[in-house]
Amino acid sequence: MSTTTITLTESELPVSRPFPLRLHEWVTTVDHKRLGILYVVYALAFLTFGGIEATIMRLQLIRPNNHLVSPEVFNRMFTMHGTTMIFFAAMPLVFGFANYLVPLMIGARDMAFPRLNAFSFWMTALGGLLLYFSFLGGDGLYGGGGAPDVGWFAYAPLTAKAFSVGHSTDYWTLSLMVSGIGSVGTAINIIATILCMRCPGMTLGRMPLLAWLNLTMAGLVILAVSPLTAAQLMLLVDRYLGGHFFDTQAGGSAAIWMHFFWVFGHPEVYVLAIPAFAIASEVIPVFSRKAIFGYPVMVLATVAIGFISMSVWAHHMFTIGMSSGANTFFVLSTMAIAVPTGIKIFNWLATMWGGKIRFCTPMLFCIAFLFQFLIAGLTGVTLAVAPVDWQLGGSYYLVAHFHYVIVGAILFALFSGFYYWYPKVTGKMASEFLGKLHFWLFMIGFHLTFDFMHIPGLLGMPRRIYTYEPGRGWDIWNLIVTIGVVFQAAGILMFAVNLVWSYYRGRVAGNDPWDAWTLEWSTSSPPPEYNYAVVPTVRSRRPLWDLKHPEDPDWRYE
Amino acid sequence: MSPTSIFAPVSTPADSIMGLSIFVLLTVAAIFVVVFGLLAYAIVRFRNKRNDDRSEPAQVYGSTQVELAWTIIPILIVVALFLAAARVIASVQDASRPAGALEVTVIGHQYWWEYRYPKLNIVAANELHVPVSDPAHPTPTFLTLLSADTDHSFWVPRLAGKTDLIPNHPNSMWIDPHEPGLFLGQCAQYCGVQHAKMLLRVYVQPREEFDRWVREQQQLPHAEMEGAAVSAGQRVFASTACVNCHTVSGTPAKGRFGPDLTHLMSRDTIASGAAPNTHKTLRLWIQNPDAIKPGSKMPAMGLSEKDLDAVTDYLETLR
Repeated sequence: MSTTTITLTESELPVSRPFPLRLHEWVTTVDHKRLGILYVVYALAFLTFGGIEATIMRLQLIRPNNHLVSPEVFNRMFTMHGTTMIFFAAMPLVFGFANYLVPLMIGARDMAFPRLNAFSFWMTALGGLLLYFSFLGGDGLYGGGGAPDVGWFAYAPLTAKAFSVGHSTDYWTLSLMVSGIGSVGTAINIIATILCMRCPGMTLGRMPLLAWLNLTMAGLVILAVSPLTAAQLMLLVDRYLGGHFFDTQAGGSAAIWMHFFWVFGHPEVYVLAIPAFAIASEVIPVFSRKAIFGYPVMVLATVAIGFISMSVWAHHMFTIGMSSGANTFFVLSTMAIAVPTGIKIFNWLATMWGGKIRFCTPMLFCIAFLFQFLIAGLTGVTLAVAPVDWQLGGSYYLVAHFHYVIVGAILFALFSGFYYWYPKVTGKMASEFLGKLHFWLFMIGFHLTFDFMHIPGLLGMPRRIYTYEPGRGWDIWNLIVTIGVVFQAAGILMFAVNLVWSYYRGRVAGNDPWDAWTLEWSTSSPPPEYNYAVVPTVRSRRPLWDLKHPEDPDWRYE
Repeated sequence: MSPTSIFAPVSTPADSIMGLSIFVLLTVAAIFVVVFGLLAYAIVRFRNKRNDDRSEPAQVYGSTQVELAWTIIPILIVVALFLAAARVIASVQDASRPAGALEVTVIGHQYWWEYRYPKLNIVAANELHVPVSDPAHPTPTFLTLLSADTDHSFWVPRLAGKTDLIPNHPNSMWIDPHEPGLFLGQCAQYCGVQHAKMLLRVYVQPREEFDRWVREQQQLPHAEMEGAAVSAGQRVFASTACVNCHTVSGTPAKGRFGPDLTHLMSRDTIASGAAPNTHKTLRLWIQNPDAIKPGSKMPAMGLSEKDLDAVTDYLETLR
């Protein structure tokens, strides 16, 4: 690659414009970077709401027979917490990162369909607003509503009119349907962008891993979200047009809802996890100063995870009385996923092996991600064993396991991504001091909460109970779990302070503060509207390495 | 010691699950130690040194041999775990039903449990009585699991894993407790407002004791009316909404939405284990159920103090 193909553009000079004009620009934008930021800011707001709901639950469970909130309120809290965190915090975060980074990293000037991109974001936004409007509108004409209280997987027949009067379930259904349309739109867009918009020289085999992983994620979104949207439609037909899909009182099947939900629900875990892997696959090489180990194997393992994840959904249903043959099949398919997942962990390990590891904040979060993802995966293997799941499924052990996945692995990786690309997005370095404070506080809080949460599960505590009897040996563990929340909240506060403070006071970052190797670091920080004044040409997976080391470029070895 | 620990099994299904759990936990613990050790070693050994010359380390792009190694070894571990799991699945789910097995139909209702013993003609609620099963002459109990409304799950950790009660979808499970005692659990599938206080109590009794309990349950309640208050109480019971939901055998009360009260006083608890069965709590439960279990389907009866006392007195004769 010649040095002239990558042009370092001056960033636009900030011109002070009146607020309504700036607001109008943001609302009508079709720029992938602005939409990416909108997704992320929107997601952070919902992450806060979901966090508040979790805190209310933890305060209620701090001791047995506590009366802080009523059972009705508690049930709304866990329903809203789960729905919010999955659909309106985690997914928009993942989409936000994909939106911002994929075009930059493949040398494109925007997504393939910029207006579909804006449409998708605003659909997702509408979904979240609908969900939260239920706090006001859920009572409806029938009364007895409020926010949804049927659990985030909303098992039939609790969602039938007979059990869920009012409109709370309708808000839940409609918000997921609307945001589901947005998700599918974004997924189509990501796939089209990656397949059609790569810069000259960037073959599929030279794409950054982040692009490969987001391609897999987008494929999974189309396959997984569509059945969920279909199921929501069927539920609406049940509730308003006299359908009997899930209405057991008229011969419908509760188990069919479970299948629909989990055929979405399990791939959904990988919709969130694969982009987290994507961040780790970019951060670990840069901060270990080595190329990613086993690139083709990493791609294969990711695609394998994508395929296998479509065949494991019924491991959420080991207790519903499937035949022993079906249970055995889903044990095998579920465990099979541990193999490509293990391969990924070992390749990250091998990437660090022999490197020179720099412990900047992004790398700290990535290292914690590795350890926590290891534990999350291993407790996942225990739950994949159907008989163990008969005991521990639906218990706090399970709750601890999936929070280890979603917080310990996915959220830690996302934080790593925040600190890694913050200089690119804002042009300023995030504060390392606040970043490390955030890291340590959040890590202590995370481990206090979610390590100890496994134990009451082993001692027979089921999830979704607003209170519990004394004398079961659960009290002390629940107290520790709640104490952890304080540290997590303090960590998140440091994160918020850092985002704002560094934006105004941070050191100017320059184009390439981490001495990194992928294309986004070749353009200015923040990148100009069309990303690249001249579309770059690449000859290897690490175009900036080639630039910086003309004597030893990567393309000689690929 | 927690009364609901999965590590203190007293029945074959829970026992084989515990054995398998320990095998699986030890296996993943071993994997954890190895991988944790490698990660920790890499982080310490390959950290950037203070006096680093800022040169880039040797770039290594991959290695087919090591990739094969860390693919094949996990596959072998998965196969071992899978075979162990398959064996326990078959032994628990496909166990044959011996001739001496007791059959009980468990019906989940919003926030309470109904137990019907079809061959013994008994209907009980919330407290399940089963005989001890001697391993030499097993008399296991087979449960048929039904639901009257939403999904529930029957989970008594020391006896067996959980199985869901799903409307229109009959399930079954079995237990063979080896020792007498009271075993606790609770509903493990979210079923509505009071899911948390849908508690399970399983009384495992020696054979003679269990047979005595069966005989008592099969009798009609003692008809002797102990005074005017009691017969007044029965009149109040029969003339208010009580009879819409509750059954008292041998009387016109034949409702089935709520627990059968024929032998109410043979139970240690009321409100599905949420409160002890005492005069005070029983009276409070009739007066204001929300004080004990907010959101339960039992309505506050709005009785006068006098009627309240009379009904409580009457219920206390149902032995």
